[in-house]
Order: sequence, then C-alpha cells, then structure tokens
Amino acid sequence: MRLKYVMSEVMVGLWRNVTMTVAMIITMAVSLTMLGASGLIYTQVKDMKAYYYDKIEVAIFLKPEITDDQRTSLEGSLKADPLVREVIYESKDEAFKKFQTMFSDVPAVVDAVKPGQLPESFRVGLKNPEQYQAVREAYVGKEGVDQIIDQRNLLEKIFNILGSVQTMALVAASVMAIAALLLVGNTIQVAAYSKRREVAVMKLVGASNWFIQAPFVLEAVVAGILGSIIGFGALALGKVLLLDGSLSELTDLLTPLSWGKVLIMLPLMALAGTLVSSITAWVTLRFYLRV
Amino acid sequence: MIQLEHVTKTYPKASRPSLDEVSVGIEKGEFVFFIGPSGSGKSTIIKLLLHEVTPNRGRVHVNGRDVTAMRSWKIPAFRRQIGCVFQDFRLLPNRTAYENVAFALEVIGKTKAVARRVVPEVLELVGLGGKEHRYPHELSGGEQQRVAVARAFVNRPLILLADEPTGNLDPDTSIEIMRLLDRINRTGTTVVMVTHDSNIVNQMRRRVIEIESGRIVRDQARGVYG
Repeated sequence: MRLKYVMSEVMVGLWRNVTMTVAMIITMAVSLTMLGASGLIYTQVKDMKAYYYDKIEVAIFLKPEITDDQRTSLEGSLKADPLVREVIYESKDEAFKKFQTMFSDVPAVVDAVKPGQLPESFRVGLKNPEQYQAVREAYVGKEGVDQIIDQRNLLEKIFNILGSVQTMALVAASVMAIAALLLVGNTIQVAAYSKRREVAVMKLVGASNWFIQAPFVLEAVVAGILGSIIGFGALALGKVLLLDGSLSELTDLLTPLSWGKVLIMLPLMALAGTLVSSITAWVTLRFYLRV
Repeated sequence: MIQLEHVTKTYPKASRPSLDEVSVGIEKGEFVFFIGPSGSGKSTIIKLLLHEVTPNRGRVHVNGRDVTAMRSWKIPAFRRQIGCVFQDFRLLPNRTAYENVAFALEVIGKTKAVARRVVPEVLELVGLGGKEHRYPHELSGGEQQRVAVARAFVNRPLILLADEPTGNLDPDTSIEIMRLLDRINRTGTTVVMVTHDSNIVNQMRRRVIEIESGRIVRDQARGVYG
C-alpha cells in the first residue's frame, strides 16, 4: 500500500513539472554520456598501453663504419643487460626488405632508396618500456652507435591526445553535472512547495521522515536513471556511428572497443546518476523541509 | 501527563523571551485553557509540546518523556500520541473529509482497511455522518474544524492540543466545537487549548492558566476569563 502510494506520488510529481523534469533528464544524460566517454577512453588507453608496450622496441641504429668487433661487443652487452628482454639484429638487407614491404604501394619511394642505404640496427625489447632513459644512457656513447630511437615516443603522442580528450570529456561532464545538480535541487524545491500542505500535515500527524522524503528523493532517482539510460544510448550510438562508422579508419590503429566495455558503462552511469541525484535531493530536503 | 519546568524560550532576534521561567503541570484527563493577549507566549507552549521549537532553558516532559532531549528521528513516533487542531483547520483542499482523515492514518502506515473501519466512526463522532465525501470548500467553517478534530482524534491520542480552534468561527459554531472537545476530553484525552475567546472560557468553567509577557499570572481550577 505504502509502496504504491510512494510510486504514484513519484509519477505525479514528475509529470506535474514535466518541463523541468525533461531539462533535468537531458542535462543528466549529457553529463553521464561525457562521464561514460571518459571512462571508455580511460580503459582504452590502458588496453592500448598493455598491447603496444609489449610490441614496441628501442631501435639502436649503427654507424655505417662500425666494425665487426664493435658490433659483437655491443650485442653481447645488450644480451647481458638485465633491463633487456630480447635483442634482434636487423641487417641492412633486412631493413631494405622491410622498407620495401612497408611502402609497397608507393613505388616512387621504394625506387628512391637503394639497398645498403638503410642503416643496420639492433631492435631491443625492454622488460619495462618505461625504463627507456636508462637504456639510452647506457648505449648512446658507445662506439659504433649512431642513433637511439624509442618508438614509445610516437605512442606517447597518441596517448597524450587521448588523455586530453578524456580530460575535456571529464570537464564537460563536471560542468553538466553542476547544471544537473542545480536542476535537481530546483525541481525538488518546486515539488516540495507544491506539496507543502501535505508535508505539513504529514509532519503534524507523525509520518516518519523517510516516508515524507521518499517520494521526492525517488523522483530525482527516476530522473537520474532515465538520464543514464539516455546517456548510454548516446554512447552506443557514438560507437556505431563514429568508431565503427565514419572514423573507422582511425580506429583501426587503436585496439578495438568491444560492446562488453560499452555495456559495463551502463551500470556505472546509472550508479553515478542515482547517487548524485538522490544525494542532491536529500540535501535539498534537509534544508527545505527541515524534516 | 505534561510537565514544564522553568521553561524559557527566546526566539532569535526577539528582545524579550516568549516564555520566561514557566513551570506548570497538567494531569492526565485534564482540560486546560491557556489564555492571554496576543504575543503573550501561549502559542509557544503548543509549539514546545509538539517539539516544533526547543526551549533555551528548562525541561518539557510529555507522557513521562523528556521532549527537550528527544532525538529528531524519534519525533514522528512521539507526535502520533498527540492530536492537534488549529485556527486555520489545515485541511488538504483537494481531498474529501474522509480522505483528509484517512490520509493522516495512511501516512503513519495504517492500511486502507483500517481507515475504512475507523474513519467513518470518527466522522460520525464529530457529527459529520453523511458528509464524508464533501470537499473542504463544500463545508462550513465549523464543519471543516470538525474534520480537523476528527483527524486529530482518529489515532486516539493521549493529548489533544488546540491552538485557537474557534478563532475563525462564529459564537454558536464555536460552542459546538467546544462541546465536541469536551466529549473528547470525557474519553480520557487530555485537552490543552490556547484561546482568547472569553465567552467560551467562561462557559466551560475549566482550569484556566493566564499568561502575560511570558509569565504565568494566574492558575485557577475552575476559572473564568477574568
């Protein structure tokens, strides 16, 4: 009986003030979409780091005039280095073959380079890619070493871009969250005002505090859940239209974003929406109804 | 039943206290008038008994419990033992007489079945039999106050507080409401009524406590308005 009463109060309350309710749900949805997007970027970056850091290597290019002794001693010290996971020697011929396949669709580039022009190198995989600096310092001055290039630098650039996109999404999410918060507070005040007589009577006859507050708090919670469902819809749409659609060429570069990861965002967003809206509603009521 | 011990209440920004060192005891089943001019502090007593305000000093005991020290979450259960009527009735305009009384039951967790049994009974008791499904605006002032009394009494409270219940009513209607409160008092309910209606006080000949500038100046067993 009481549950039915509370639920019907919630529905009546949401409908009575329907424009505010819609505004509340939309801001909530946008905020939660941003939150979900930044969550997805976060997991994506983590996945990419795990995936690529295994594959990237430090390239130690050798000078053309390097002697066999120098090369052998260099290889030996690399193999003995505790920081190093594996060492692969790439001769001039191998470098040229690799180059040919890499640029096979641009024959002009391939023609411009002759075999033997490309330097030989050691491809060094590190146990921990973050320790590049130590490895660089150990080998940069060695005889026969020309240049040391860390492929991680390139990846870092991509991660930096993703990171700033994530930051922007988080900033947008928080700004929208503030707007949503204010709207929730306002909606609850309007609802409480329109029911001030009922509330006064309820307090007078000794209705418990939770019973007085529950319809208002639940109003906000329902709005929060609707907002998170709409926000999730926007995320799913974004995956279909952008990542799998117009931006698919770019996303081939990234690790694929599975539906499972998108789906996990739904409960997270619902939880965030519910928590934010119910706490705001409750705090508003504490001040406004003084129950 | 009700004990006030050296109660002082000063509202914020007020220059002098509404109640100043007031001590008074009211026994179970008594019918007590608090009289006095406007602003004398008599309504503050009702607010103290409902725990709507807390005293700055002193203790308020109701039904053996110290109201001043009561935790806020215990107040709802405490208020269920107290019925209350006001000058302005405080009925819900979009609910019928029956629904107004039933609302008071339902919000404290009574089932609809209980309401169906109890509400017609109490409406009959206050003399509104046959008018259960009228809305407040379809009832006279006296009838609206009867609905309010029915709502206050439906839980069979130990104490009925009445804050100028006849303030908006004509003399004849006022006397009818007083008869009703007298009947309720005879069931054993303690009635505390704040008023400045001298006619009524003189007719009832009950205990009269007169308050002036926050102090008790008279406490008479079968008093008149004076």
